[in-house]
Amino acid sequence: MSSLTIKDLRKSYGEVEVLTDINLEADSGEFIALVGPSGCGKSTLLSIIAGLESVTSGEVKIEDRLVNNDAPKDRDIAMVFQSYALYPTMTVRENMTFGMECRNIPKAEQKDTVARVADLLQIGPLLDRKPSQLSGGQRQRVAMGRALVRDPKLFLFDEPLSNLDAKLRIEMRSEIKKLHNRVGKTTVYVTHDQVEAMTLASRIAVMFKGVLQQYDTPKEIYERPRNKFVAGFMGSPTMNFLNAKVVQSDAGFGVTIDGGDGTILPLPADHTANLAAGQSVIFGVRPEHFNPVHAHRGDTSARMKVLVDMVEPTGAETILMTTVAGQDVVASVEPDDAPKEGETIELAINMSKVCLFDPSTELRLSA
Amino acid sequence: MQAHTPNSQTSQASLGQRLANLTPQMVLAPTIFLAFAYVVGFSIWTIWISLSTSTLLPDPTYQGFEEYAKLWGSKRWTVAYQNLFVFGALYVVGSLAAGTVLAVLIDQRVKFEAVWRTIYLYPLAISFIVTGTVWRWIFHPNTGVERALHDMGWLAAKFDWITDRDLALYVVVITGMWHASGFAMALILAGLRSVDGDLVKAAQIDGASMPRIYRKVVLPTIWPIFIAVTVVLLQFAIKTYDLVVALTQGGPGVATTVPAIVVYDLMFQRGQIAQGAAAAVMILVALAFVLVPYALWSAWQSRKEGARHG
Amino acid sequence: MADTSTHEQFDPLATGGMRRRITSKGIVYGALSVFALIYIAPLLIILLNTLRPLEDIVRTGFIALPDAETMTLRYWGEAWGSFCIGGTCEGVSRFYKNSLLMTIPATILSTMIGLLNGYILSKWRFRYDGLIFGLITLGVFMPQQMTLLPWAFVLGKLGLSNTIAGLVFVHTVQGISFTTLFCRNYFVSIPDDLIKAARIDGAGFWRIFRRIILPLSPPIVIVTVIWQFTGIWNEFLFGTVFTSGGNQPITSAIVAFSGSGTGERHYNIEAAAVIMAALPPLFIYIAGGKYFVRGLTQGAVK
Repeated sequence: MSSLTIKDLRKSYGEVEVLTDINLEADSGEFIALVGPSGCGKSTLLSIIAGLESVTSGEVKIEDRLVNNDAPKDRDIAMVFQSYALYPTMTVRENMTFGMECRNIPKAEQKDTVARVADLLQIGPLLDRKPSQLSGGQRQRVAMGRALVRDPKLFLFDEPLSNLDAKLRIEMRSEIKKLHNRVGKTTVYVTHDQVEAMTLASRIAVMFKGVLQQYDTPKEIYERPRNKFVAGFMGSPTMNFLNAKVVQSDAGFGVTIDGGDGTILPLPADHTANLAAGQSVIFGVRPEHFNPVHAHRGDTSARMKVLVDMVEPTGAETILMTTVAGQDVVASVEPDDAPKEGETIELAINMSKVCLFDPSTELRLSA
Repeated sequence: MQAHTPNSQTSQASLGQRLANLTPQMVLAPTIFLAFAYVVGFSIWTIWISLSTSTLLPDPTYQGFEEYAKLWGSKRWTVAYQNLFVFGALYVVGSLAAGTVLAVLIDQRVKFEAVWRTIYLYPLAISFIVTGTVWRWIFHPNTGVERALHDMGWLAAKFDWITDRDLALYVVVITGMWHASGFAMALILAGLRSVDGDLVKAAQIDGASMPRIYRKVVLPTIWPIFIAVTVVLLQFAIKTYDLVVALTQGGPGVATTVPAIVVYDLMFQRGQIAQGAAAAVMILVALAFVLVPYALWSAWQSRKEGARHG
Repeated sequence: MADTSTHEQFDPLATGGMRRRITSKGIVYGALSVFALIYIAPLLIILLNTLRPLEDIVRTGFIALPDAETMTLRYWGEAWGSFCIGGTCEGVSRFYKNSLLMTIPATILSTMIGLLNGYILSKWRFRYDGLIFGLITLGVFMPQQMTLLPWAFVLGKLGLSNTIAGLVFVHTVQGISFTTLFCRNYFVSIPDDLIKAARIDGAGFWRIFRRIILPLSPPIVIVTVIWQFTGIWNEFLFGTVFTSGGNQPITSAIVAFSGSGTGERHYNIEAAAVIMAALPPLFIYIAGGKYFVRGLTQGAVK
């Protein structure tokens, strides 16, 4: 059953359209991540689902009930805010019971629910404190607790981890994942952090300029991005985009880098549908799909000579900033394989993972 | 981002929901009515009276700008307007100067800062009437400074500005400064405190002396505060009424008469409410001359600011 | 320029700075003290004169210390309860009561309305809200003179001429502009997310006001109450124009009996009355402290 359905949704402020033709549905229990750069409309979309913003046209359904005109309180949702939005004058307990109080739920039941959720989140000892007396991580937990006491049909998260430091962020991330596994509620999670989206979501909606670019599983999004924007946004360091041309030889289709030495990089047979010889393309390779030839790891049949400008060890991997024919190429290699700065080396490319994009439409070409 | 009421969508919302969405507007409605009546209605009313033949009572017969012409033809009014310019200029500049000196002194990490501030600012809590009355006694030759000097044996001492046609206005200026310089001090001090401490350190390392740091680095960075204080003080000056009533009652003669006093006299002493209204409108015009450019300038500033951050 | 000399006095980095810093501190405290004397002296002089017999004041003027032998608090009592003003001999107590009856309700009313307005204008968006806020704010700048005739007419129509209730009404309407401006500017800093969270929790307009906004309001309530109380208590023109005789507030009454130059002057009693008139706002100012300053900065800069 579909737990959230968004159909042909548009939102505009006067002349300015901030959301265009959004179509999205989430199955019951799914974890959906809305991701995109700031200003892409993801937070507006979340506010619309919550009922905090009105709809210009289109439909929002929660469990097949049209909620376009329902007040937030009637939508059976709970939300965790980026700023946590804990009521500063109330204790943690009062923060959690406020919603039930508004709904006239009996005191005894309120107490039981708070006890249950406090137990789940291990915030029992904090119940009588004020938000100002809590650490960032504790506030985050309380904010989730406030959402959990509602037992809603839909959980909404608005960049809940962006105010935490890096270490705590990773901790809370896995905590949210565990919690979701345990509670099993449909969740919509807004973030600008693609790692968060990849690790948490069952499906990711990538948004840009008010348009839903792609809505798919993390694996599909990463491996088969619909367009250049999605390919570039997901993954870090970001995918390399090289101007190239399609060539056809006896061995089948391949590409040559514009301005390069003419080496043909052969494309796997299943990548060649819709291609024509001589066609200009954008050749996309993720940094981790390079390997120095001298390391003898895997297939080295497709090679590219690059000049190493800079070597950045990060510990687990080493990032190479290189150039080929005046175009920048970033590669991520095993630390042991790293060359020296100023060297010219050959990089082998895992051609089964590359993407080709149309330079004008920026859509991915090969199937 | 703001909490939007979903009021653009009414097609399917229930009646109760729609009413709930309208609560803010309904609660605000009486205020909107009062504010509109007060700001727009009252202004139009007074302007209309100023254009009528009203004397002791309102009279709707239109006579155009005749009362304005009579007003500007009267010696009393032109003197009052001149007084306003002299008083306003000296009062604003004097209060700003005194306020700056006080703020810089307090900014020297002095002990008991709160006590000093409290002392300099307290006149602002006291009414113009009390201020004026107190200073009248002190300035008056029979009761104040001159009398005390005589008693101390300096019989030739003379300090009768308050009864001197040429000097009485300066008494008003001094009293006004006493009342308002603490206000300037408070705002300028708040401004000084907002200046980035690293700026001062950098200037010190550059070898600048403290007076130079204040003059060249710190005070110039808070110039918007000076403009804000100037605008507020000019507003006070234009509206000045009670202070003069308590201090000199506009005298001797018309030496300290200000426009607001003329308004009161015309309306309630001489039964010429049309001309009084005309004088009131002139006060409004003077205020507009100060406030409209300031409002435009502020709007321009904040737009520039917004553009820089957005 | 004069810089070179002061340079050595003020620069903490200069060699031998310790001694020089002490002299410059001396200059700072000296200047502060001289200014403090200028600010305190006038009120102190008047305060001392409330203790002196009239012959004393007439003989030496105001600027003299009270004589320990003849010093008395009698004149405070007379000023309060038995001094004759305009034919009635009730002192200022009656006008004092008028002022309280005018100031307290007008302060409470305008503050409450301002809180609601500020909440609406900062947290609820609707068409023309900016325009409405602008209109209300304009009321802050309206010169009283522009409103005298309309008010006189309105008060007459409402049957409130020469009543305290009339003054309460006038001051409330005039005050709404200030209080709305203060409260709105304060509430803008409360995160909108709090309101959103409360709406999702199921709270409506009034519950959000009561449970979220009001508990956060004490600082602005204090600022607004201080500002309104001192402003209304100290106001003179409306009190003088719209009331007369025994219905006047204290500020108008003071001018009525000390301004006129006829007859024998009772300086000591007048001084006591003047001090009494200054006391409530002074008390509020001292008690309110930093909130008073905060109100100033907000009222002036915004």
